[in-house]
Formats: sequence, structure tokens, C-alpha cells
Amino acid sequence: MATTELHERSTDHGALAAVERRARELLSREGVISDHQRLRTYECDGLAHYRVTPALVVIPEDAEQLAGVVEACAHNRVPFVARGSGTGLSGGALPHAEGVLVVTSRMRAIREVRPQDQRAVVEPGVINLDVTRAAAPHGYYYAPDPSSQQICSIGGNLAENSGGAHCLKYGFTSNHVLGAELVTPQGEIVEIGGAAPDTPGYDLLGAVVGSEGTLGVVTSATVRLVRLPEEVRTLLVGFETTDHAGAATSAIIAAGILPAAIEMMDALAIEAAEAAVHCNYPAGAGAVLVIELDGAAAEVAAEFDEVERLCRDNGSFEQRVATDPTDRALIWKGRKSAFAAVGRISPDYIVQDGVIPRTALPEVLKAIAELSESSGVRVANVFHAGDGNLHPLVLFDDSVEGAGEAAEKVSGAILDLCIGHGGSITGEHGVGVDKAKYMPRMYDEDDLDTMQLVRCAFDPDNVSNPGKIFPTPRLCGEVPGRHKGVHPLQDAGLAEVF
Amino acid sequence: MSAGTLDQTARDAVASACAQVDDAAPADAVDGVAPALVARPSSPDQVAEVLRAAAAHRLTVVPRGRGTKMTWGLPPASADLVLDLAGLDRVLDHAAGDLIVAAQAGARLRDVQDAVAGARQRLAIDETVPGASIGGTLATNVSGPRRMLVGTARDLLIGITVVRADGVRAKAGGRVVKNVAGYDLGKLLIGSYGTLAVITEALFRLHPLEDARRWVTVEVDDAGRAHEAASAVVHAQAVPTAVEVDWPAGSGGTRGTVSVLLEGRPQGVETRARTVASLLGSGAQGSEEEPAGWAAYPWGEGDVGLKLTFVLSGLGDVLGAARESGVHVRGSAGTGVLYGSVPGDDADAVGSALGRLREVCGRHQGHVVVVDGPAEVKRSVDVWGTVPGQGLMQRVKDQFDPEHRLAPGRFVGGI
Ligand SMILES: Cc1cc2nc3c(=O)[nH]c(=O)nc-3n(C[C@H](O)[C@H](O)[C@H](O)COP(=O)(O)OP(=O)(O)OC[C@H]3O[C@@H](n4cnc5c(N)ncnc54)[C@H](O)[C@@H]3O)c2cc1C
Repeated sequence: MATTELHERSTDHGALAAVERRARELLSREGVISDHQRLRTYECDGLAHYRVTPALVVIPEDAEQLAGVVEACAHNRVPFVARGSGTGLSGGALPHAEGVLVVTSRMRAIREVRPQDQRAVVEPGVINLDVTRAAAPHGYYYAPDPSSQQICSIGGNLAENSGGAHCLKYGFTSNHVLGAELVTPQGEIVEIGGAAPDTPGYDLLGAVVGSEGTLGVVTSATVRLVRLPEEVRTLLVGFETTDHAGAATSAIIAAGILPAAIEMMDALAIEAAEAAVHCNYPAGAGAVLVIELDGAAAEVAAEFDEVERLCRDNGSFEQRVATDPTDRALIWKGRKSAFAAVGRISPDYIVQDGVIPRTALPEVLKAIAELSESSGVRVANVFHAGDGNLHPLVLFDDSVEGAGEAAEKVSGAILDLCIGHGGSITGEHGVGVDKAKYMPRMYDEDDLDTMQLVRCAFDPDNVSNPGKIFPTPRLCGEVPGRHKGVHPLQDAGLAEVF
Repeated sequence: MSAGTLDQTARDAVASACAQVDDAAPADAVDGVAPALVARPSSPDQVAEVLRAAAAHRLTVVPRGRGTKMTWGLPPASADLVLDLAGLDRVLDHAAGDLIVAAQAGARLRDVQDAVAGARQRLAIDETVPGASIGGTLATNVSGPRRMLVGTARDLLIGITVVRADGVRAKAGGRVVKNVAGYDLGKLLIGSYGTLAVITEALFRLHPLEDARRWVTVEVDDAGRAHEAASAVVHAQAVPTAVEVDWPAGSGGTRGTVSVLLEGRPQGVETRARTVASLLGSGAQGSEEEPAGWAAYPWGEGDVGLKLTFVLSGLGDVLGAARESGVHVRGSAGTGVLYGSVPGDDADAVGSALGRLREVCGRHQGHVVVVDGPAEVKRSVDVWGTVPGQGLMQRVKDQFDPEHRLAPGRFVGGI
């Protein structure tokens, strides 16, 4: 696939120089990078075929430094992009050629772990898994568990509203963040939400989580800690076809069981995982399900029997149970390494992320198979079956003329399938730069315009991660119906109420 | 503007936007503020028409669902028009296999529950105010005991359709539980008290109805004991659906209760109920019946209703302060959200109780809000208190409703 160079580098070096001067005043030497060679190491995130070298990289140590740089950016109208660990898969942290990349890798303190309040307060660069590591000695953990949890940052998780295998039962990042300190695109430091539930006023945090760095930079987060379950049982089940596995999934949900996770992999994905990590999944399976039940031991035991039965009733030919952490880890290894594993069976691949209503699964899988057949492009399917979040891996060989384009086409057609079934173009990887062009297929002009009212409230000058999410920016000055002069309520003699 | 001063052209414009427009009756007053007109649209299109007409004539508009919470928040600064959404009362779509339901804003929460119960499912929001609509439930962010296990509206709403102050219709989210495409406007609308846009339709994720349920309750007579009992269950692994406290006002020695709801499979519930009973301590009793006052606010007609929030370690202090201030509190001890009731006949007493509780909840990182009460009492106290991020909230309001015509003055910071 061709490397896409976005935003041709141009003009205003004066503004940028002013920001750099300010950054050097505020930050230590190592915190400001302007050397071209070193800048290039930041040219992409996890979606490596988009590459842009930033004009400047800053790595602040605290919120004040970060706010100072953002304020200088705002003042000089220089765009900035936040970056955590750079594992994002939609180009959300793709730098701006004339802008500043604000990296949070030196803001990694876990400030508070308060199991008695079920809260932790962490800086944005803290690695997801480290929150759980800090909480575990107290019998608690941080529930959102993206497969990248060993490397991705909490700031990035907030920005993407990241999910994970267990969000079927436990929800996404937005369900586990209660408060944040935000550096607004003007460079103010603002508290939103709080440690206690239901902070009065608009749920600004609800808007910021999932906004992909377009509403400012999060410099601290107050997150919920969840009590570790008394019992966890993981079941690996082999089926002849994805249809059987899909039917079993539906039967489990219909029985009123809410497992912590139900993950599916098809034959090609299993082949890749086998090659990469030797996970020893059932031989000859056309699909496997990884089903995890957790909770109070008495409850898990009752549900478990039923899940086993429902899988058998729907044609499973092999079931393996893991109750201890080592066996569980082995089952999960195959699933969690699936993206990278595909590298073993194909030189290049696209990780797609789309969502469908779960009941549409058999139909959509059939359509994907047909797409694959007619185009000759192989597709390995890995997904969160419980909530209909598909991760088709579209395989290609970039050294073959036109293969990249063919893969792109199949990948795009899969998104159309999702939209056609009332689903979404992204369940957890975000829109970023990659899917902005698909947004108008899901939302009409008025929907997008209304979303951007939020953008205009937070970032009227469009300096915070511009060019992401929305295909066309809204001009914030143009508020329809905005009038000048006396307010109607003032007119009516009611203005003193305000 | 009041009923008398709304000019004829504005009246005609609203009347032609929607089939049913009437002069307001005394019962249509919004917390004491008399509107001129009530529009009763029967479709989202008509809602948009009415709002366009209101925009053209710069009318202030207060949305109303089933009218069960019109005295919540502050009285509006002005209400030319009440936009009554009771006519948008349909449960649109229940996809049982996908565990989702769509409903119009005027549908009652109860109607939605009835529609999904046949498939042994529920929308996991407690009906804390009988007869409440979906739109009003969202706009005031109502929650009950069940929030401990499943969260609140923000954790259940997956899609929303609104009409803006300028009459433009817009949607966000969708029909699937997992979706990160675009901003989550639904979350902004939840708890916005009608000040940002008018909700016309909402989509929710559903939960399965459990086979068995059991309450385990213990009586306690001091705040420290109540805290210990609740904490023992909260930090254990029995996965309760709810941990509630009911703590009447009164002198020392007045008894309160800590109640735990367990739901699940019959055997599981049986075993967990035994565990919970031993955690709660001697005297804990199991029951198939819900305790008195379950999922109901403690206040009645004429009382002032409060919402208190705090981090979990503050429970004992908050209960202690409530009793000393003569405030009956009840609510989710397991999440740190209690509701309080004070008699509304003495504004000074309300003010001093509020001050004391704000100090204690503030110390435990929370807030106290006056939810409901007589308008004159609400005018004499700080209803919303100091809230972080008010400047940003004002900017959001200015974008969505630049002329401040939607429920003006009902919300935080005069929004
Ligand atoms: C192998 C692999 C597996 C993955 N598995 C999953 C998965 O299971 N579930 C899932 O949801 N995702 C998954 N991802 C995607 C990715 O890991 C997540 O999106 C993650 O949250 C990104 O975190 P990051 O720190 O790398 O963020 P980055 O990539 O650095 O940034 C992501 C976005 O967040 C913004 N941002 C970063 N920090 C801040 C901040 N402090 N304030 C405001 N905005 C900020 C950036 O501007 C950008 O828009 C996977 C990625 C890989 C490579």
C-alpha cells in the first residue's frame, strides 16, 4: 500500500518558532525535540501506512508544562496532537506537519490507589496494565482490557473509549472513568467530573471520552477499580463452522447469561495463531469460541453447566475448561495475539473494526466470505462475538501490484456491510484519520454538524488534533440564528436571573 | 414574556406547526412559571416544526415528558411554550436477540419495561418516579438501587435522536452497544434538564431478567455500624445488584437499615444470600419482598429533596451529618449516592442543613444538589452548588442554544 503523506508542510515558521521558544522555556532539554531524524520516530501510530513527520515534539513532565505548550499553540494558532503510546489503529495520533506532537510518556505516575473508594488517580501516560498491577494486591483491578494493554496508555484509552474482550459484561473505558483533568485547547487546566458519581452539570467527561484528542489533552484520570471476581472459568470450544459458533453465542445470550467475554476466531485466524504462539486450539475447528464466565462462585458454577450444554446442543465437538491462571492465559494467548499472528500467514494485512447487531452475524460472515471469494482477497475473522464487534483481518502482499488496493476495497466493503446492517464503522479503534471519510455514511450532515457544536465549544479555533473524526470541519463562527445586541430575556426584564 | 404578552403572530406560527396547540392551563405552570401555550406534537417532525416556529419568534421553550419532575431544578427564567412530548409515546423497536430497545421520548419507562418483559428482559433503570417518561428520565438522569451493578442511563443509552433549539434534527450513536464513531452526544443530553436540545427518541441496551432474587436486610442504630455493614458487602465478592441504606432523621438510637439485593440463578442466589447475611452481621434477615421505600425517594409533597454524592469511604460521615441535620437519607450506599429529605417549610433550616451536608460531602469529593422542593425555598438557597467545569458547560450551552431559549435558568450556573 502506498504511504500517504498528508498535510503538505508549508508556511508559518514564525508561529512554530514562538511555540518552540516557549516550550524550551518551560521544559527540560530532553523534553523538546526538533531534530528531524528524531522527529521521524514519531511519524506514525499503530496504523503505519499514514506517516507525517511532526514539526516539533514535546514531552512534558506535568500538567503545567503541558498546558503552557498548549497555550502557546493556541496563541499562535499552531495545531497540536496528543500522543500516548502510539498504538492507535485509526491514525488518531498521526502528527500534523506544521504542528506540535504532545507526548505523555513522561507523565506516568499512579498518584493514588484507593481500594476503599474503588478509585485510582493516574497520569495519562500510565500503561493500562499497570493500573491493574497496582490495584491487584488490594483485590481490585481496572476492567477495560484492550489486547494492547501491556503497552497502551490510559490517556489513549480515554481518547479512544477503548474496549477489550471483557467489555461485553464490564463496558468500555467510558464506563470506568469518573473524572479527569483536562488541558483545554486554549491551555486552561479544567477539572471535569470527579471521584464521586454523577457530578452535577453537563457530562463533559462523557463527551471527552472517545473524542480522540480533539477536545483537549487529558492530564490525569480518576478511574473506577473493580473487585476481582471470586471465580473465573474460561472455556475453549471447537465448532465445525462459524455458523455453529454463532448459533451457540446467540443461545447463550438468549438464556439470559452475560459472560465476561465471548470471542470467536475462524479457521484462518486459528491457523495464524497456531503458527505464531502454538496455542493448541482444537484441531480441525472451523471456528472456536473463547467463553469466560466470572463472578460469585455459586453463580458461575450454575451458569457454566448451562453454557457447556448450549455449546453441545449447537454442535461443539470439543470443549476445554481452564480454571487456573496458567491454563486461562494459554487459551487467551491465541486470541490476544491474533492481530500480530496474522503476520505469520501474510506479509501485510489490514485490521478492520466494525460492528453489527449480534443477530446479523451469520449473514454478515457469509457476505464477507463471498466478498473474499469474488475478490480473491483472504480474510481472517477475529471478533468479540458477544457484542457483534468484528475484527476482520484483510490479508495481502504489498509487493504484488494492486494487492493493497484490492485489500482496501474489501476492507471498505466490510464497513458498508456493517452500516447496511445498522451497525457502526468502529467499535473500539476510533475514526481517526482513517475513517473520517466513512462518517457521512453513518451520519447525515445535520448529525455531524451537531456533533461539531461540541467541538466548537471546546476548540473554536480547531487546533486540537484537527483533521480527525470529521471529514469537513465546521466553522465555529457561523452559529445559525446567533444574534447580536440585547438578549431577548433581558428585553423581557428577566436578565437578572442569569 | 407571560401568557398575556405573547403576540398573535407567534401564536399562529406555533399553531400552524403542530396539530394540537392550546392556551396553557394553570396546571401547565412550570414550577410556578406560567407558560402561554402548550404544544402537543404527535411526531418528531412536528417537534422540529414547533421548535422552528419558536426560534423564528424567539420563544422560550420548556420540554415536558409526563410532567412528573417539572419542579426539579430551578424554576425556568421564562417559559413561553411548554413542549409536551406525551404524544410521542411509542415503543418503536425491541430486538430481543440483540438486547436493545428503541422508544420515543414520551413513552413511559413502564411501557418500555412491559414491552420487553415478555422476552424476559428489562431496561435496567429503576422507576423512581411513577409514570415517568423516557425523555424525562434521561433529562434528569434518574437512577435507583440497581445502579450499583449496571450503572446509570449513561451506561445504557446507545443511541439518541434530538431536535435542536433551531429545529434541526440530529442523531448520535446507533443500534449497537459498541460504537465509538463520533462524539457521544447522548451523554451530554443525559442530565441536561432540557437545556441543550429536545430528546425525541432513545435506544438502550437491555439486560436479562434474573430467575431469582433475594433481599437481605439488617437493622443498625449508628452511622459507623451502617458504614461497616455496607462496606463489608461492597468489598466482598458476592456481586450484589444493589446495596442500599435507609437512614431516618431522628435522635441517636433511631434505627436505620442496610439492604442488599441479590439476583441470579436460584442456587447462586441462595448461597450468596447466606454469605451476605454473615457479612451484614447478626440480625440480618432474608426476604423475597422488597423492603419499604425501595427505589423511592424519601421526600414527599412540600419537602425539599436532596441528592448527596461522595466517595465510598465517606458513607459513615455523611450518614452521621444527615442525622445531626435532621435529614432523612436513603439510597445507594454501594455507590455513594443518597437522596435526602428535609421539611420545606423552614428555608433557613434547609439552608443550614444544605451547608452542613455540602461541607461533609465536599470533604469526601462529592456534591449536594437540591433536586426538588417548593420554588420559594429553591430561590432562597444555592440549588446546584459549585460545579467544576462551569465555564465549559456555558460554552456548550452557547453552541447548542445560543439564544438561551431552552429551559432557561433551570440548570447549573444559571444555564
Ligand atoms: C496489537 C494491538 C491490539 C489492540 N487491541 C485493542 C483492543 O482490544 N481494544 C481497543 O479498544 N483497542 C485496541 N487497540 C488499539 C489501541 O491500542 C487503543 O486505541 C489504545 O487506547 C491507544 O492508546 P495509545 O496510548 O497507544 O494512544 P495513541 O495511539 O498514542 O493515541 C490514540 C488517540 O488518543 C489521543 N490521545 C492520546 N493521549 C491523549 C491524552 N492524554 N489526552 C487526549 N488525547 C490523547 C491521540 O491524539 C489519538 O487520537 C489495539 C492496538 C494494537 C496495536
